[in-house]
Amino acid sequence: MSFASFGDFLAMGHHGLYVWSAYGLCLAVLAINVAGPLLARRRYLQEEARRLRREKGK
Amino acid sequence: MKNSVMSWTWFHKLGSPKWFYGISARLLPWLAVAAALLIGIGVVWGLAFAPPDYQQGNSFRIIYIHVPAAMLAQSCYVMMAVAGVVGLVWKMKIADVALQCAAPIGAWMTALALATGAIWGKPTWGSWWVWDARLTSMLILLFLYFGLIALGQAISNRESAAKACAVLATVGVINIPIIKYSVEWWNTLHQGATFTLTEKPAMPAEMWLPLLLTALGFYCFFGAVLLARMRLEVLKREARSSWVREQLVQHLGQEGAR
Repeated sequence: MSFASFGDFLAMGHHGLYVWSAYGLCLAVLAINVAGPLLARRRYLQEEARRLRREKGK
Repeated sequence: MKNSVMSWTWFHKLGSPKWFYGISARLLPWLAVAAALLIGIGVVWGLAFAPPDYQQGNSFRIIYIHVPAAMLAQSCYVMMAVAGVVGLVWKMKIADVALQCAAPIGAWMTALALATGAIWGKPTWGSWWVWDARLTSMLILLFLYFGLIALGQAISNRESAAKACAVLATVGVINIPIIKYSVEWWNTLHQGATFTLTEKPAMPAEMWLPLLLTALGFYCFFGAVLLARMRLEVLKREARSSWVREQLVQHLGQEGAR
């Protein structure tokens, strides 16, 4: 452990704001990249399901 | 002779969207788990356990996400250039799928590298942004990605779009060595490479090992996200073929059961 306490860990020796905003940004970008394709796939499958049901109904 | 024939079969199989769809389904979970583990361990190690830098203090911990993002941003572009050449020479459909699907991920990674770099630059250099060679060439990379995305969407004919994007990706790859050597060719504030193939890193192991983990993790992350995007794109493009219809019925059955 490189920090004496959890408070020290959050403070990052006056660089807390920089370090945590960079990591927060990184987390957001990674989350967007994961959620994007997952949501797009779900939307596409739902559309296809609707289309198939419509075609069956005819 | 038989061996040399055997060794190319994978390349021809790559041309088959159906084969790709099957193999990617098996690869994806492994890449996703590896990415989560590597990034998770690397980030915790880098944030809490690595010693502070003797000059920069704790702000250097941004390196554990900044460097992987920048490495990936460049590798992604090289991969797209290779896909572009493969698409132009062998007319392989999956190459264009890879190119189109990789562009947004590359753009995000370039933006992330620039943003984390700016945040790191403020306490270290005293400025969010300087117009130096490394930063400017990275900004050009971001615009190349934007250009590729716009070009791919602007041309409605799929084949023409594929050709145009392949050419732009291939020509734009000239920017990659410029980024890489920018810190050596021009005077710059930016520090040199952390990892080189020939020399030992100039920092202690407990500092660069977490970086190695997050860098590998980012590559696995890229692989997983790229495969996920490509699988959807293949489903859409091959919507009329019988194997995709079978797949769809199967997927919809699973969704309905839930």
